Amino acid sequence: MTTDRTKAAPPADAGGAAPRLTKETPPGEAAPDDSAAKTAGGTTKKHAAQDPASRAKRERRMRWRSRRYRWDIKYSPYAFISPFFLFFAAFGLFPLLYTGWASLHSVSFVHPNDMEWNGIENFTRLWDDEFFWRALRNTFFIGVISTVPQLAMALGLAHLLNYRLRGSMFWRVAMLTPYATSIAAASMVFAMLFGRDYGAINWGLGFLGIDNIDWRAGDWTSKIAVSSIVIWRWTGYNTLIYLASMQAIPNDLYESAALDGASRWQQFRNVTLPMLRPTLLFTIVVSTIGATQLFGEPMLFNDGDPGGGSQGQFQTLGLYMYDMGWTNRNLGRSAAIAWTMFLILIFIGLIYWALSRWVSSNTLEESS
Amino acid sequence: MATTTQSTPLSSREPATRRRRRRRAGSAGRQMHAGWLTYTILTLFTIGSLYPLVWQMFASSWDNSRLNKPTPPFWFGPRLWHNLDEAWNTGNMGHAMVNTLFVASCITVSTVLFATLAGFAFAKLRFRAKNLLMLLVIGTMMVPPQLTVVPMFMAVAKLEWTDHLQAVILPMMVSAFGVFFMRQYLSQALPGELIEAARVDGASSLRVVWHVVFPAARPAMAVLAMLTFVMAWNEFFWPIIALTQQNPTVQVALTNLGRGYVPDNGIIMAGALIGTLPLLLAFVVFGRQIVGGIMNGALKG
Repeated sequence: MTTDRTKAAPPADAGGAAPRLTKETPPGEAAPDDSAAKTAGGTTKKHAAQDPASRAKRERRMRWRSRRYRWDIKYSPYAFISPFFLFFAAFGLFPLLYTGWASLHSVSFVHPNDMEWNGIENFTRLWDDEFFWRALRNTFFIGVISTVPQLAMALGLAHLLNYRLRGSMFWRVAMLTPYATSIAAASMVFAMLFGRDYGAINWGLGFLGIDNIDWRAGDWTSKIAVSSIVIWRWTGYNTLIYLASMQAIPNDLYESAALDGASRWQQFRNVTLPMLRPTLLFTIVVSTIGATQLFGEPMLFNDGDPGGGSQGQFQTLGLYMYDMGWTNRNLGRSAAIAWTMFLILIFIGLIYWALSRWVSSNTLEESS
Repeated sequence: MATTTQSTPLSSREPATRRRRRRRAGSAGRQMHAGWLTYTILTLFTIGSLYPLVWQMFASSWDNSRLNKPTPPFWFGPRLWHNLDEAWNTGNMGHAMVNTLFVASCITVSTVLFATLAGFAFAKLRFRAKNLLMLLVIGTMMVPPQLTVVPMFMAVAKLEWTDHLQAVILPMMVSAFGVFFMRQYLSQALPGELIEAARVDGASSLRVVWHVVFPAARPAMAVLAMLTFVMAWNEFFWPIIALTQQNPTVQVALTNLGRGYVPDNGIIMAGALIGTLPLLLAFVVFGRQIVGGIMNGALKG
């Protein structure tokens, strides 16, 4: 299809149609006539009587116009995309590479522009650093207990919202409202809701006969509390994404499934889930990236202290990186942690990519 | 659980709009009516979604002596205006609001503008390495913010931009998601014939953008603007590094509210309420559009 279009383009390039700009033609000249004649096949005899000076002038202008037109067609796409790439180069790519460079140096927070070559020592130190491993473990567990329930609930809710509902828009907006709340505000609210003595959650659990829990001090309880902030903010958003792709599933798939005697549950399992697979993969990838970078929630759950609790029990990699750079004032090691996070993300990305290929090749075999 | 009314099957060949209209008009395809169980579950989740915000409003109207009781407050107390006033003035929230409004507006305008231009180029124009460049745009979404923070902090220190708002505006002026979003929208919503027609009339690319692309892209630009504004308003990680309490954004100022010898939880919650309220109001007014925008973006994503 694209090749067809390239073939259709040349007439415009040759300066036929485009330069015929009636508006800009000075009153004395017969430009519209002229260009029409040219496109018709170059019968210029008619105009031979005109004096040669103005003819040359006109031709120069025509040439200039058609050249300008060609340049416009050729280069304006690059002009349109260049702002994005310029800004990305300045604030994405360059910092990315520079972080790699800085991670090979000893850089102090106090004099960030005095760098001292350090080799890979920052990375080897991470290997022996128990705090790093703790942060990695925390990030992993918080990531799992925030992502899995979140996406599962979102899937179920999307299924419910896909029914014919009274006030469907109300439910959707209500589910999405937490998305409008900032990380800072949400984390501070949840820090109080999860308070040991006066928190509303312990109050509610009291009715179930559960004694006050010191959410922040415990290992698992603090992870659950931090995860609940993430779950609260993002479930509604993912619900809407699932709902959108559920509504895009063609009806006849369900009808033929129903004709084959599939129950509601079988329809959900065998029609809805396979059709949602690209969306599921998308949300899983996005949530994983978010979980790996988790920063604001655990920091503000702890009143803005990046330590992650008395035992560092909810210090994530993002927090550890900040702690290293801005509390311990060692930007070089901080940069090394950042790059390690990036490598972990690439590693996870490769696993997902392999998984998705494996899954899709399996389904192809099934269906054939 | 629910009444399963399988009525006349709809042909899937129908255009989506008509199908939607038919659905609304009441002819049920696979869509069954929701039963009471569905409504119960949805109500529970809605309460879960809204309770923290409601509690926040109640909490911002009491002082510590009431908040430090086991039973959470279930209605407004007497100190709402006092707490709001404290947060606004001593907590620097007023100053922070003005800053955030400025920062988020700049980011929104530039993101939408650049995303529309690039999205148009990727959707409708021919140029070399187009697909590769688009892949690159998507790839940039993978770069975590942590990876750029150290050099940007060093640059800010060198330029002495700490506490200057351009330090938090410039790095956020474009968004890969925005480019992708606009590309998806324009490749469907903008007929190629319209561009051709303008070309035949001798319009330059810039004129095409101004007279054809912008009018066609307006709905998507509005949605992208809302999503970008929400994101920019709530941005936390980089502002907390680039700004101090001398010249904070809302999110930066919020982190300071909690830090006192005896933190007054009512004032903290009042500050959080001030920081959240503008977006909540926007949600009440534009909720339908925001929901539609996210769902449309998801479909094509």
